[in-house]
Amino acid sequence: MTTIQFILLIIVAAVAGMGSVLDEAQFHRPLVACTLVGLVLGDITTGIILGGTLEMLALGWMNVGAAMAPDAALASVISTILVIVGHQSIGAGIALAVPLAAAGQVLTIFVRTITVFFQHLADKFAADGNGFGIEMCHLGGLLLQAIRVAVPAAIVALVAGTDTVNAMLASIPEVITRGLQVSGGFIVVVGYAMVINMMNAKSLMPYFFLGFLIAVFTNVNLIGFGAIGLICAYFHIKGLQRDLAAQAAGPAKSGDPLDDIDDSDLM
Amino acid sequence: MATTLNKKDLVNIFIRSNFLLGSFNFERMQAIGFCVSMLPALRKLYKGQDLADAMKRHLEFFNTQPFLATPIMGIVAAMEEKRANGADISDATLSGVKVGLIGPLAGVGDPIFWGTLRPVLAALGAGIALTGSILGPILFFVLFNAIRLATNWYGVMYGYNKGTELVEEVGGNKMRYLTEGSSVLGLLVMGALVAKWTTVNMPLVLSSYTNSQGEQVVTTVQTILDSLLPGMVPLLMTFACMYLLKKGVNPLIIIIGLFALGIAGYAVGLFA
Repeated sequence: MTTIQFILLIIVAAVAGMGSVLDEAQFHRPLVACTLVGLVLGDITTGIILGGTLEMLALGWMNVGAAMAPDAALASVISTILVIVGHQSIGAGIALAVPLAAAGQVLTIFVRTITVFFQHLADKFAADGNGFGIEMCHLGGLLLQAIRVAVPAAIVALVAGTDTVNAMLASIPEVITRGLQVSGGFIVVVGYAMVINMMNAKSLMPYFFLGFLIAVFTNVNLIGFGAIGLICAYFHIKGLQRDLAAQAAGPAKSGDPLDDIDDSDLM
Repeated sequence: MATTLNKKDLVNIFIRSNFLLGSFNFERMQAIGFCVSMLPALRKLYKGQDLADAMKRHLEFFNTQPFLATPIMGIVAAMEEKRANGADISDATLSGVKVGLIGPLAGVGDPIFWGTLRPVLAALGAGIALTGSILGPILFFVLFNAIRLATNWYGVMYGYNKGTELVEEVGGNKMRYLTEGSSVLGLLVMGALVAKWTTVNMPLVLSSYTNSQGEQVVTTVQTILDSLLPGMVPLLMTFACMYLLKKGVNPLIIIIGLFALGIAGYAVGLFA
């Protein structure tokens, strides 16, 4: 690894770390972070494929409310370094990503606790009417998140590819690596389950089964599912509008009982 | 001192809104981020002690879906502008608007952005990325950010122009249509992904015989499951995960458990 590559790698890691707390531009998502690390390390294709694989695993990792998700930033950056520099398989990269995501989660909880200090510092600046001070507190919290990913990435980049690390990774028995590959086929269901739980809409589950059945028995691709989903959403909203209008009209509408018979049945 | 906010101030708030979560902490969460986002407006409207009071006001607890924090910033900017120009808007009113909106907006924003938009675009991008094409990451990054930036931009502008009127809109039916509509789309795609983007192969042989035509007929666990309902195993696994997650099990523990299942299954020949 050249010095320039090393510096660029640290910048990518810092941006991913900041992205993990900001959750705006998505630089922390595997699809983006792994691709950028691959680009810096001169093997973008491996980065993209690992990013796509990890993205499926991390599909449901989200920060909702005060809950912390497993950390995609540290997992993406370091597993990509190990796969490319340490010549590991994509399957090994996925397996390494899981403990890394847990470690990243612990680190980000740590940083978010330390940042309480900046919160109190900001209160003092506010009392003095010092807006610049508050801005610096904001930046301080953000920089800690950058460091949290950049420093571990730098350390791993320095040791990855050395004989000791390669020997360690090579000593993993075949039953483990093949088993991890097998699990890679179904481990993604955890992410799907997280998304479904987050929606928390039991009454809408028939749409989930519809999607499942169409996928099992046809060859519709994801764009097709998007289109079918939009059409279903359209009809669902129409139905909801009717229900809410009927509710608003209230039970007062009870004239001739014959009116209640739906004419369409007679046609 | 009569001052009004102009477009430049609102653009400033929009730019800062992209860093709302920068100093997220477990005490007051997005409080510093919200205050920093409002600073361009506060600095223009207030001086001296009034400015210090305004900063303090906006360092109180704040936490919502980050993209939908922008309409709140717009509303607060409009209210602070009126207040600076003599309108009778108390601290409690301002605080009430903020606290009253963060819950409902998170309730709308979480299923739309985290439950539908990001997983759907990420799955689309990941599918392309698995072939090694750079189009996958680019598609995800560009589409997601285009929608996000548009939301942040219109959020600030719409919130500012509508002011407190928007508070009623958030509780209205329109938001419900948006939330449920996007949940329908999201759940349908999740259902498809459970079937399409999982692989479970159980080659354990149950019976093997040579039929009258002299062909070898092998029945494995997988052929039986496929004849019942392909994708049944991932579907059941998804339900099991949903159940465990609802019980409060850490997702990483479930992932490690599934890894263990895969290794053990491979070792005894159940999975391949």
